[in-house]
Amino acid sequence: MTGPPAEDTAREPGVATGRSRESLHTPTGRSWRALIQPAVIVAAGAAWLAYVENSGLDSIARRSLALDYVARKTWQHVELTLVSTLVVLAVALPLGVLLSRRRFRRATPLVLAVANIGQSAPAIGVVVLLAVLWGIGFWTAIVALVAYGILPALRNTMVGLQQVDPSLTDAARGIGMSAPAVLRRVELPLAAPVILAGIRTTLVLMVGTASIASFISGGGLGDLVTTGVATQRTPVLLTGCVLIALLALLIDWIGGVASRVLGPKGL
Amino acid sequence: MPDAPDAPDAPDPRAGIELTDVTKRYPGQRTAAVDRVTLHIPAGEIVVLLGPSGSGKTTLMRLVNRLIEPTSGTITVAGRDALSLNPTELRRHIGYVIQDAGLFPHMTVATNVGLVPQMLKWDRKRIAARVDELLELVDLPPDRYRARYPRELSGGQQQRVGVARALAADPPVMLMDEPFGALDPITREHLQDSLLGLQDELGKTIVFVTHDIDEALKLGDRIAILDKGSRVAQYGTPQEILLSPADEYVEQFVGGAQSMRLLRFSRVADVPLGETPTARPGDDAAAVRDRIGDADDAFAVVLDDAGRPVRAVTRDDLRDAAGPLGERGAPVPEPLHARDTLQRALEALIQTDHDRVPVVGRGGAFTGTVSLATVQDAVRDMRRAAERRTAGTA
Repeated sequence: MTGPPAEDTAREPGVATGRSRESLHTPTGRSWRALIQPAVIVAAGAAWLAYVENSGLDSIARRSLALDYVARKTWQHVELTLVSTLVVLAVALPLGVLLSRRRFRRATPLVLAVANIGQSAPAIGVVVLLAVLWGIGFWTAIVALVAYGILPALRNTMVGLQQVDPSLTDAARGIGMSAPAVLRRVELPLAAPVILAGIRTTLVLMVGTASIASFISGGGLGDLVTTGVATQRTPVLLTGCVLIALLALLIDWIGGVASRVLGPKGL
Repeated sequence: MPDAPDAPDAPDPRAGIELTDVTKRYPGQRTAAVDRVTLHIPAGEIVVLLGPSGSGKTTLMRLVNRLIEPTSGTITVAGRDALSLNPTELRRHIGYVIQDAGLFPHMTVATNVGLVPQMLKWDRKRIAARVDELLELVDLPPDRYRARYPRELSGGQQQRVGVARALAADPPVMLMDEPFGALDPITREHLQDSLLGLQDELGKTIVFVTHDIDEALKLGDRIAILDKGSRVAQYGTPQEILLSPADEYVEQFVGGAQSMRLLRFSRVADVPLGETPTARPGDDAAAVRDRIGDADDAFAVVLDDAGRPVRAVTRDDLRDAAGPLGERGAPVPEPLHARDTLQRALEALIQTDHDRVPVVGRGGAFTGTVSLATVQDAVRDMRRAAERRTAGTA
């Protein structure tokens, strides 16, 4: 080789690129600051509960706002959210991967149409309809939630895989990666940011929608809302709403952290 | 795969590529993208596929590692029938370099370079050692570049890593698809020189696709000029293509100013060097004077201990001289290297006061001199040889 490579001088390490390098190698960034948000959310929830519990509730309201009852409903809500999200992912991820394969690409419009129906049909209608068909309870609620939430996860998986630079998959095949290896080592990691964003959207969507499980005895914080309405106890209704909102914020934060930790480095 | 790179002077003769009657027809298209092409790519040479876009040159190249499956015909790579092998397995033994390098952005430089050895199940230590060796080879100090991500490199550096990745498992054959096409002219020039330097050491069989005639002339041991349907309009050395284009299409493609171009792509190493007497500082001046002879412009080159030319002494310098040569004579002009082009030699000759310029080989050791007549003779010889060869094949 002759002479010093001319292009070397263009980018000396630590000068212009020093900062971006650091951010490349430490994906979570300033981690202590990331903890402010969840702390604020938890504090807000505790403050609200403390305020409501001490605001001179009558016996009906007090029973509906007993701490162990609220905790149980919150946990049910988390369960509804997590289980439905897991089922959504178990369906949407493989389906999205499959539809991005050349052989199955022609089925894409059909599958998207079905997923679109799932999302555009009013969730509350679907939930009641399914309850009529299959009876009430937790799992019926899960089915309704899954039907509602599959589209964003599916579409993000497909879009994420489609936007992978074709020259990279070509390079991967060209150096001798098998088709599954190309998917696992190149396509999925590069699609991960978009897929993870889809999962985050699904989670938040599920937190909000899980409230309607209450209509078919599926449990969750929706119970506080319906009880509040039925018994005309505004503090109960508000507590349900506030806790759902805070839970959504908290889960969104977890999703954000997860996508930063799980997302590929170097992009 | 053997670990040690092939010796440049003895490439495995079976490492060539044979395409016989290869056709690629896409369904629904009337004309074939590649129409019954037969091409022999000799082992250890850089063969450039040159043609405008749409000539099917990339398609032709991709048939070799079966990224595209031929409709008919046979393809032999390094002595093995490529069509009977598992394509994934085949590709692991063929280096592949594409435009923009095609590095995986989520993997470090070291991971990118080590991919093929990893797929071939080398152990960790051996991969790490190989990665460092390769980064060294492409002029990227491993300590500085190993852990970087592709985004942190310039385009030229990325392409160096791309070349290193292709060389990782020491494949006998490499395919390069417009690897330098997206780089600025200075970086491109530099990487072309690096590739030629590497090829001197490694002696791979390289199929190189480009649409740039100058790049083809500079890099190719042979050039295949392709027309529509990958018709091989001419297949020959750069000199043959420049000096006796097979038909109008080739002529048009090559363009004018052939002799000047020839100077740009012929190297000092390709021409017979003039013999000039040499001397050491310790030699007896009178003896050197006798060696120089009586021609008007005759002189001797004084070499240092490493055989590098330092001064030139003429008869006049040594008139009446006795005893050792010592510091007599004038400094020699900046020597040419065997890799330099004849154009560079011509420039050096025009600029210097002497009518001969020394040439050095490895380690700067003196190998001979060039004069204007050397260059003129070389061009004439090349033209004659090219005319003879095309006359013979026509």
